[in-house]
Amino acid sequence: MSDNNNSSNRRNFLTNLTKVMGGVGAVFAAIPFLSSMSPSEKTKMAGAPIEIDVSNIQPGAFKIVEWRGKPVWVVRRTPEMLEKIKNDVGYLADPNSNEENQPQYAQNKFRSVKPEYLVLLGVCTHLGCSPLYKPGQNKDLGLEWEGGFFCPCHGSKFDLSGRVFKGMPAPTNLEVPPYYFASDTKLIVGADEG
Amino acid sequence: MTKFIAWIDERLPVTKFVKNHLSEYYAPKNFNFFYFFGSLALFVFILQIITGIFLTINYKPDAASAFASVEYIMRDVEWGWLIRYMHSTGASFFFIVIYLHMLRALMYGSYKKPRELLWLFGMFIFVLLMAEAFMGYLLPWGQMSYWGAQVIISLFGAIPLIGESLALWIRGDYVISDATLNRFFAFHVIALPLLLFAVIYLHIAALHTVGSNNPDGVEIKANKNNDGVPVDGIPFHPYYTVKDIFGLAVFLTIFMFVVFFLPEFGGFFLEKDNFVPADPLKTPEHIVPVWYFTPFYAILRAVPDKLGGVIAMGLAIFVLFLMPWLDRCKVKSIRYRSISYKILLIAFIVSFIGLGYIGMKAPTYTLTLLGRIFTIIYFGFFILLYFISKNEKTKPVPERVTMHD
Repeated sequence: MSDNNNSSNRRNFLTNLTKVMGGVGAVFAAIPFLSSMSPSEKTKMAGAPIEIDVSNIQPGAFKIVEWRGKPVWVVRRTPEMLEKIKNDVGYLADPNSNEENQPQYAQNKFRSVKPEYLVLLGVCTHLGCSPLYKPGQNKDLGLEWEGGFFCPCHGSKFDLSGRVFKGMPAPTNLEVPPYYFASDTKLIVGADEG
Repeated sequence: MTKFIAWIDERLPVTKFVKNHLSEYYAPKNFNFFYFFGSLALFVFILQIITGIFLTINYKPDAASAFASVEYIMRDVEWGWLIRYMHSTGASFFFIVIYLHMLRALMYGSYKKPRELLWLFGMFIFVLLMAEAFMGYLLPWGQMSYWGAQVIISLFGAIPLIGESLALWIRGDYVISDATLNRFFAFHVIALPLLLFAVIYLHIAALHTVGSNNPDGVEIKANKNNDGVPVDGIPFHPYYTVKDIFGLAVFLTIFMFVVFFLPEFGGFFLEKDNFVPADPLKTPEHIVPVWYFTPFYAILRAVPDKLGGVIAMGLAIFVLFLMPWLDRCKVKSIRYRSISYKILLIAFIVSFIGLGYIGMKAPTYTLTLLGRIFTIIYFGFFILLYFISKNEKTKPVPERVTMHD
């Protein structure tokens, strides 16, 4: 078409420049749309810490409270239950809680600040179902079962400290949310002490 | 009237379009039972659009009122129950029709040259349809809607590094919530149907460019008479419009029977737990996706590793896209292929149905083991096919379709 090489080069350059600039513009224009799908300010606000009264939980019993729309469990473990929580057993995947699924103050075999109270996020680390509390022995769950949590979705098992068994679909122990005791009976979930 | 059509044709070539795609569009004359499902799929798509429009008139995409608004449609809206049951039954029948449509392609090699692109568009439709069905299932905001979505969205969380932020972005909240319901509604009623419409258009456009395959796998365009008409072809209209209308009548008889008498289909089409409003603090004892997802769900569960399971499930769908290149046999139809291919295909169908069954059941030791065996067979089909099809011993393919007189 062009009998002048120079003008054809110029035309190609301008065409390509337009394509690139148009592409860059399209990418930037997409940002507000994609960002609008992130959690809104209001949703983020709902993630504030909550207060739980633990005085009315009987020994061995279990309480569910909602935080950030997720179930938080508080289990008041009896001395017998605490005795069953051992580290030197072969069936746990991560008995020492080496994976960072808990604040540092809960990185012990009881995975808690006070051994009596276990605070966990009741969300299976596999695909987010809420496991069931099954204290006591249960033949359906196998001979080594001394009580713990069982996820009905894909059969993951956790012990009374929320530690996952070996060979389960769930990859890690149940998550411990940040928490502290403001007094003997007042538990704050969603924030560290200090 | 003729004048009016002439007036239109000068401005928009309607007559030419009708000729090209109906009255002078030649399809092979040997179509059999399996060739009903393309037009049936199109019918169900339109049915879903129409029933869907009328459902949105009364549905409320709000976590506080969604469940009640569905009950309102069922109890108080005139004929609301019929419209909703047609939509929910339509979803299941869409997958029945699509799975049979895909089986047809596997039997007669309809994905092979020159129909690779046609197959790819079809696969895109399948994936879009799964997304559409998944998002639609959240809308009634029942227990199974809620926890099913929770499980599926958490799958994205398994992706290394970006997974958790991606899942958060999809949900728009830390858990499935009102924000999630609202956006799924938007995707379900506008974004995905528009995309589906576009890809279905491309699917049909590609089909009408290369022409239909047939049970003999013979290219009818290779054998034309002096007028340029394939000798083994018959005009789509009236021959196949009549055939398809008959198929539609039989389909509707079965479909409406289910709508009227078995709309829940024993918990397969509408799961029992979904008649309980969503409760974020209580997981149902037993979460199962709707039946059409269970084969892939069983593959997810078969792998004892979170990321591995997600990858296996994704691969199970992705590998289907590659069929035109995995199957290297030149012969299309199963009628003229080796016994090995027949055995492979039967094993594949058995494993797919077996996985579908296992995906519905609670995980036990035996079922998990069985699920792993079927998963190996599922993937084995594609791997063995690649090698077997290279130098497959085939029977001679006839010059023309076998029933040409």
